Amino acid sequence: MAQLETLALPHLPSSLPVHVALYCDVQNSAFLKQQLLEGNADFEYALVDASMVLTRAHATAAIFRAVNDYMNGRLMSRNVHSEIVFSLSPANNIADSFRKFGIADATKDLLVVRVSVSPEITHESVAAHLATAIQGTSVPFDDETLSEVSDITKIKKAYKLGALPSPSSKTECNGTADNDAKRRLELSLVGAIALRGS
Amino acid sequence: MATLDEYKPPPLPAPFTNTNPPPILLTQGAEAHLYKTTSLNPSTPAALKIRPTKPYRHPILDRRLTRSRIVQEARCLVKLVKEGVSVPAVLALDCEGQGGEEASWGGAWLLMEWIEGPVVRVVLEQWEAWMKAQIHLEETVRISEEDRVRGLMRRMGETIGALHKAGVVHGDLTTSNLMLQPFEGESEANDSVSMEGKIILIDFGLASQSAQDEDRAVDLYVMERAIGSTHPRTEPLFDSLLQGYRESYKGAVSALKRLEDVRLRGRKRSMLG
Repeated sequence: MAQLETLALPHLPSSLPVHVALYCDVQNSAFLKQQLLEGNADFEYALVDASMVLTRAHATAAIFRAVNDYMNGRLMSRNVHSEIVFSLSPANNIADSFRKFGIADATKDLLVVRVSVSPEITHESVAAHLATAIQGTSVPFDDETLSEVSDITKIKKAYKLGALPSPSSKTECNGTADNDAKRRLELSLVGAIALRGS
Repeated sequence: MATLDEYKPPPLPAPFTNTNPPPILLTQGAEAHLYKTTSLNPSTPAALKIRPTKPYRHPILDRRLTRSRIVQEARCLVKLVKEGVSVPAVLALDCEGQGGEEASWGGAWLLMEWIEGPVVRVVLEQWEAWMKAQIHLEETVRISEEDRVRGLMRRMGETIGALHKAGVVHGDLTTSNLMLQPFEGESEANDSVSMEGKIILIDFGLASQSAQDEDRAVDLYVMERAIGSTHPRTEPLFDSLLQGYRESYKGAVSALKRLEDVRLRGRKRSMLG
């Protein structure tokens, strides 16, 4: 059974809950990407390469920005779900943001986000659809799991933050210096997301 | 006082009308209102700075000014977080406002990391009051007390040095815009006021990116004047701040040299206008 988490992000209306699930060892990435390219409405998800996501706070910053822009009628891309992928990017190039942060044919670890933009989209309907649509292992959407899949070198490159100290990846992230480095990187990513386009 | 209680702040801009519980108004200035609310994680607090629309200004001008100011503030903060200077991080920003063109935009907002602790102004006020209340103050106690304040001033100088090193000037350095974030865990046992903690710079509403000695010297001069006028007992210890500043980065010496010029003439170099 899929571990689909439904977030009620503070400041967003309760009518717009956000459903999030994290998968490892996804087998059908090429198929999923094809559905996005074809504009298949059943597959209207934000499909994010989870190796480009550092922490929950990183992901929620992008989701919040996209939903806020959606509510204010300021979307730059096709819909709120593509906007979530675009919002992860610090740059203004939409196609480029999909290449860097979106699903690719070879993506193994996948973050799936769906916003309840219409009343038919509920926790149950999303969970049921994901169970059949995604061939992969459902894992909890938390910082610990993300730290196992995120590629810090790639993230730093995408955000042009090469000068920052790198926290050691993988789970053993215990030292204070490591924690500080990770926190500083996380806050730099969140800041870059907030600032894009201004 | 009744009239003060009846004051109603302007309505919150979207999306904070949804926020439950609603943000709490902490302070307001001429340009902005500061609220306490939660970050995107409901269990961590956050500071929300709102620059409301000014109805007496032409709407296009209002939008442009508000937008450029809040963006300037956010850019400085993001840059400083990257450089590792202790400032509140930017969590989210909306500089475009709500609704379409002109029509009733609620103003721009900036969501920031919440910093716990008192501002340095309060710490120094409490310390000065405590010192004043001691009738028989032994010389050794007085010296050790002053050493503690010197330590605080030195850390303030180091933090300001780190700010300038990163290429940002604050524009409004006072003891109200420095916070003392207590360390986690136990604090020192002391009758007097605690000086332990990390110095965090706040309120970058007037900050700009500059690496000129003149701007840096003016920052220090404003700080010096602020301490001189609000903390008379602390004023003689100001040299510790400059000492901490001097040792914090390479260009500090030339900024301090410029400070001597600024002291002679005041902070406005050009007397035009």
